[in-house]
Amino acid sequence: MADIISQYGTTFLIMAALFGFFMAWGVGANDVANAMGTSVGAKAVTIKQAIFIAMIFEFAGAYLAGGEVTSTIRSGIIDIEKAGFTDSPELLVYGMLSSLLAAGTWLLIASHNGWPVSTTHSIIGAIVGFAVVGISVDAVVWSKVWAIVASWVVSPLCSGIIAFFIFRSVQKLVLDTEDPFTNAKKYVPFYIFLVGFMIAMVTLVKGLRHVGLDFSFAQSLLMAVGVGILAMLVGIFLLRRIKEVPADNESFHFGSVEKVFGVLMIFTACSMAFAHGSNDVANAIGPLAAVNGVVQSGGVFAEQSGLPLWILLLGGGGIVAGLAMWGYKVIATIGRNITELTPSRGFAAELAAATTVVVASGTGIPVSTTHTLVGAVLGVGLARGIGALNLNVVGRIFLSWVVTLPVGAGISIVFFFIFKAIFS
Amino acid sequence: MPPTLSALFGRSPIRPIQEHMAIAHHCVELLGEFLEASFVKDWDAALAVQQEIRNQENTADDLKSNVRTNLPKSLFLPVSRTDLLELLHTQDKLANRAKDVAGLMLGRRMEIPESLVQEVRDYFNESLLASNQALKVINELDELLETGFRGREVDLVEGLINELDELEHQTDVSQVKLRAKLYDLEESLPPVHVMFLYKVIDQIGDLADISESVGARLLLLIAR
Repeated sequence: MADIISQYGTTFLIMAALFGFFMAWGVGANDVANAMGTSVGAKAVTIKQAIFIAMIFEFAGAYLAGGEVTSTIRSGIIDIEKAGFTDSPELLVYGMLSSLLAAGTWLLIASHNGWPVSTTHSIIGAIVGFAVVGISVDAVVWSKVWAIVASWVVSPLCSGIIAFFIFRSVQKLVLDTEDPFTNAKKYVPFYIFLVGFMIAMVTLVKGLRHVGLDFSFAQSLLMAVGVGILAMLVGIFLLRRIKEVPADNESFHFGSVEKVFGVLMIFTACSMAFAHGSNDVANAIGPLAAVNGVVQSGGVFAEQSGLPLWILLLGGGGIVAGLAMWGYKVIATIGRNITELTPSRGFAAELAAATTVVVASGTGIPVSTTHTLVGAVLGVGLARGIGALNLNVVGRIFLSWVVTLPVGAGISIVFFFIFKAIFS
Repeated sequence: MPPTLSALFGRSPIRPIQEHMAIAHHCVELLGEFLEASFVKDWDAALAVQQEIRNQENTADDLKSNVRTNLPKSLFLPVSRTDLLELLHTQDKLANRAKDVAGLMLGRRMEIPESLVQEVRDYFNESLLASNQALKVINELDELLETGFRGREVDLVEGLINELDELEHQTDVSQVKLRAKLYDLEESLPPVHVMFLYKVIDQIGDLADISESVGARLLLLIAR
């Protein structure tokens, strides 16, 4: 049946590119806002700066560390041989197209109604759905799926625990001391080092193989330390401009201290965008990469071909477009609403979430950045750091998990059979 | 529906509670003006101040119910919700008591005997100091939140609360002296007037007592 591919190949590719761009647009319009909103809410960066940071680091994250998750979505969830795709590769094309369309549709409905639905969960549900009903239960690599589903619970938990301890360390080293301002200036560069080191380490160890670079662990470690020190130097330079202003401390004694943490939050905002790019861009371009692989090879499955640059550019471009057209509004809304989150807390939450997500990206596990961040904020809350947190949201997130998987699957199945009827 | 992350953040009750305490303390300050007007029997001025106290007390009430309605059980707070509401309730009593004194004195056009005026003034000022100290304690709430209700900031607040206890004790001592002095004057005054004078003295002392319990409530809040 490879003739279907040769007959409609270009059509499939154009459709996949369109749907992929649409998905990426959705990620940029909604999802990025959750990653960047914390920094805007804490007044560490302005909305314009947030968009600027997001554009650069989302793209860098996708390009440098996004390969593993992309390959999971593209070929890790479905067993190509058991699914019989070697005989009828067009089924994979239909499936990936319907997954993109289904996830996009569901996200549109969900965000219209304000449900906390994750892009990641939608696309995974959609892929599993078409594979089970359209092909067979055996076509799905269930061990992988269960690992992914488990990670959705584990990742918020992990980032919550990390955030708790980061914030406790801030309390011990800075806030609960004789001279918080001096201590903030002393320890914040170290946290900045940690941000740079963590991002660089995961990227070097796990990510760069896709770009064609492969370093030994020792080389990676050395370079990551270098990146950390570089970030720290930039941080120290920025910190020199922060002076203790008595007027800031009049009604609230920690006014100047929070300004110091504001500098740190610029760095964690970058790491957050990087982490988000490394994990969530894959949701849009993974299926596109799968379709592209089939079409380019004329229906023959090549083993793990590299990710073409144009696909990455399309994903990055879609995110930037979504961000510029709609996302900035959502960032503004979030920024206005979370004024309670001061930089000393916001950075702890962002660093914890970014670390968790980047590690997940390195291991090729698609997680929800937003849910991971929610877990991190709750971790800071557990350390008695936040005025009031709405636990209803946690319930709504759980509900969205339960609903998204079957609904994403259902819509995807419908599209799958529609495509099959049209083209075969 | 707001995006997930902004839905996560509830409205922190800390700032409104601080605002509420500032208003409650302002009511006590106004009572000072009211007393001065009553000392010189300027009842028009006294009426104006009493109206102002009533307005402020209403504002405090509104703020209180606003905080209450914004503290659903599903909210995750760094301190106990019940303790927080108790604290608010105690603060509110301060404004109420200031209103009571002004209302009672205005209604009966109560004149403080010439020879007692300076003592009553000093005694009230001591209560005012206690109320001011309670405000100072409550103003540390945002710093407590910043440090996660731990460590040095807790010690600092405990120190402030100890000072508050001292101030309250001082009003107790003054109250005993003032009552003794009134007792000596009893024969020369109309009995009903004397009865209410005792009551006013009591209620001015209450201002310090309530201020002290504001401190005690806060201590409960942070002692975990």
